[in-house]
Amino acid sequence: MPKIVIIDSGLGNIRSVQKGIEKTGCIAYITTEAKEIREADALILPGVGAFRDAINNIRPLSNAISEEVNSGKPLLGICLGLQLLFTESTEGGCYEGLNVLKGKIIRLPDTLKVPHMGWNSLKLVDFNNPIVREVPSNSYVYFVHSYYAEPKDQKEIVALTDYGVDFASIVSRGHVFATQFHPEKSGKVGLRILRNFVDYVKR
Amino acid sequence: MLTKRIIPCLDMKNGRVIKGISFVEHRDAGDPVKLASEYDEQGADELVLLDISASHENRNILLDVVKRTAEELFIPFMVGGGIRNLQDIREILFNGADKISINTAAVKEPHLILEASEMFGSQCIVSSIDVKRVYLNDEDEATGRVVLSTPQGKCWWDVFIYGGLQSTGIDAIQWAQMAVELGAGEIMASSLDFDGTKQGYDNTFLRTVSEKVHVPVIASSGAGNPKHILDAFTIGKADAALAASIFHYGTYTIREVKEYLSKNGVPVRL
Repeated sequence: MPKIVIIDSGLGNIRSVQKGIEKTGCIAYITTEAKEIREADALILPGVGAFRDAINNIRPLSNAISEEVNSGKPLLGICLGLQLLFTESTEGGCYEGLNVLKGKIIRLPDTLKVPHMGWNSLKLVDFNNPIVREVPSNSYVYFVHSYYAEPKDQKEIVALTDYGVDFASIVSRGHVFATQFHPEKSGKVGLRILRNFVDYVKR
Repeated sequence: MLTKRIIPCLDMKNGRVIKGISFVEHRDAGDPVKLASEYDEQGADELVLLDISASHENRNILLDVVKRTAEELFIPFMVGGGIRNLQDIREILFNGADKISINTAAVKEPHLILEASEMFGSQCIVSSIDVKRVYLNDEDEATGRVVLSTPQGKCWWDVFIYGGLQSTGIDAIQWAQMAVELGAGEIMASSLDFDGTKQGYDNTFLRTVSEKVHVPVIASSGAGNPKHILDAFTIGKADAALAASIFHYGTYTIREVKEYLSKNGVPVRL
């Protein structure tokens, strides 16, 4: 069984992510240690809250995360965890991210209520990506966020979601996957996505 | 497209689910953990557990129920009732809730919303507001308050605390705006006039709050049939509707309500 490690950024309901992984028949360990990150077979970076707080909390781990991911270790970013993977965020100033994916985090347009909160649908653009296996287009998933990612490389977008703007709700580059929504709170569809990640790790 | 959420609410007392009629008479409707997974299966978009006993002695019962319920759920889970301070919030979130709702404590100490949202994030802090209409004969009686015309007459909305037992004289529309400024990520609006009556939600109030704040508004209290829920979305401009009795006693399933809404042009997750 692969060793999946959930990186604790000190914010949010991490137990629910762990529970979601357990539902796929795997075990996930929660950690704040670089050593655990280096020993893992795969990483999950969840998170809610402010970009600045989260990036500061994981600062001591950022080298370990970047090095492991750059050398091929699968990673799933969730919500703020997706945003942390990018080059920089404009939330509350300008903060550098992990730069695992190239691009910028920007605020949702104020034409609709922000945060974008609730169930919204996925428009798949990369149907063959392993993370969306058996996930039908227009499936509903649960979002809570005020910012979104603008990947530099459009080819990294797996799914889009419409909330005043079509934003990237699933991104992927090789062994790196990330969702702007919360798969662990998205019922059966979300559990399928977690299972797809686990299956990818086991491949 | 973002859908409107249907949220069943479990009103819990001493570890058992009950549903209140105007917050006073109660009838037993079952085991919270069992009901929670049933609602998840039926297609609930979120679940609310409200501890209406909310006494200090029952705190451990609540935390145990929260923990056991959270284990079964893969949809957002909100817990409210008797939350007094950051420690209470931390314990409930730690036991698996995604959001907490605060009412009395936030009215008495608004700073709690600010501190809680800074510590745990706005997305998990819901400001729950119980309101009662104060009808007017003469507008002078309500200086400084938001007075509106309703089908029942001119009124303003008074904030009530302690489970609907105590009037505060605070204008509810202004309080909702302040709660959002302090960091509340959602507003949950319950009406003492409409609660348990199955006559529909207080749509004038809902609409006004929804237009004045930039966060989602959850309509609560008063649903007797799917049309009432439809009205909360179309007339009341709510983002989510909470209901208890119509689901508990099997009058309607969540799916039936959602199919009705969908037929009437409201986007829902089916």
